[in-house]
Amino acid sequence: MTEFAGWLMPLRYGSETAEHNAVRSAAALFDLSHMGEIAVTGPGAAAALDYAVCGWPSALAPGRARYTMLCAPDGGILDDLVVYRQADDRFLVVANAANTAVVLAELRQRCAGAVVQDETEITGLIAIQGPNAPGILSRVTDLPLDGMRYYAGASGTVGGCPAWVARTGYTGEDGFEIFCAAGDAERVWAALTEAGDRDGAGLPAAGLAARDTLRLEAGMPLYGSELGPDVTPYEAGLGRVVRLDKPGDFVGRAALAARAAEGPRRTLIGLVARSRRVPRHGYAVLSGSGEVGVVTSGAPSPTLGTPIAMAYVRTGATGPFGIDVRGNNEPAEMTELPFYDRRKQR
Amino acid sequence: MSVPAELRYTEEHEWVAIDGGTASVGITDYAAGQLGDVVYVSLPTVGATVTAGDPCGEVESTKSVSDLYSPVDGEVAEINEELDDDPGLVNAEPYGAGWMFRVRLPAGSGGETELPPGLLTAAEYEELTKSAG
Repeated sequence: MTEFAGWLMPLRYGSETAEHNAVRSAAALFDLSHMGEIAVTGPGAAAALDYAVCGWPSALAPGRARYTMLCAPDGGILDDLVVYRQADDRFLVVANAANTAVVLAELRQRCAGAVVQDETEITGLIAIQGPNAPGILSRVTDLPLDGMRYYAGASGTVGGCPAWVARTGYTGEDGFEIFCAAGDAERVWAALTEAGDRDGAGLPAAGLAARDTLRLEAGMPLYGSELGPDVTPYEAGLGRVVRLDKPGDFVGRAALAARAAEGPRRTLIGLVARSRRVPRHGYAVLSGSGEVGVVTSGAPSPTLGTPIAMAYVRTGATGPFGIDVRGNNEPAEMTELPFYDRRKQR
Repeated sequence: MSVPAELRYTEEHEWVAIDGGTASVGITDYAAGQLGDVVYVSLPTVGATVTAGDPCGEVESTKSVSDLYSPVDGEVAEINEELDDDPGLVNAEPYGAGWMFRVRLPAGSGGETELPPGLLTAAEYEELTKSAG
């Protein structure tokens, strides 16, 4: 167990490598109830959110979701979010646990004309991720999953409990995130586990360690590693989430427009280590004899069988790259992100 | 968590088995559990001189890297090359197939039954891990 943003979270239930591999080859369950859930509701909710975040929530059809960001007036990232439009006048904003208080305060301030409510404490969030996820979930939900698209969601039941079920996740696999009443979370978890046991391959629980290696292989950024108040979405390679084409002002627009025009000063790249020593957060990236960047996330990749890392390097820096692993220059090869793309594997 | 009574331990979570003039070394079940899945072990080279309390290798796991300390003075006589292909042996059998290296103890020191100084008994080590939570 580990302390994580004020929550006591399991790093692993058993072997984190086995948990990781279960998600890639079968399915696993994650308890994500620590994530922040903030409801923005009322007739003015869509317009209010358009001003508050850099995406375009009002353009979402009910039942659809989008990855977006909450930026500071200077364009720095305060949090990355998933916004679900659950109804015409109801949006669910999912924030990182460590940032929930900041996101809540900012939304309250920015969303004039809408009601902003923290639902974190009353909401349980369970994710089922992996290629077997649709088959297992379909046994315990009344929702037809076949027609549910990626980044879409619907209201229904899971294990007899009311739930918002969305085809989203943070693993690079197919899967679902199930939002339910906190008091129902155990029943939902048990119903899924039981359905998974009937599946043959089972449905093990997976912890934070597996969640981190899964998202890293999928090239997904983590707030505090790749993203932070000193990083703009452009540097993170996520310029597409900034909708400068939407009408009206939004917080950070002027700064972000300027950043978009000048181009990023650093670039997020993927590195595959040639040695077995693992690059870790904070290690320097070298080119020739000079330092050109820093590792933001690194881990042994269970799927690739070799250490991988994401790193910020000066824009234009060319390899061959090395990583300063505790005083040794260990060679690493630049690669396109993501490291793992399920659509290319199957 | 297992702490075999016949072994000796260090505060850095290595175990030592003394057999005549040779000490076998590995990391404890507790250490392996704290590290999580071990993915790579960097061991000293055969013939290298190691000093008690000094780092002589590294243990990489999913989430972290830790120094490996030699519990004794001496010369590295043998290393567990199996770990190169299967570092998970450290988690599966920390006191068996997951052993790491063997040290030839210097003649005159130690002796047949006398242990190098500063090592913990199983009971003392167990106490240490309990107080660490």
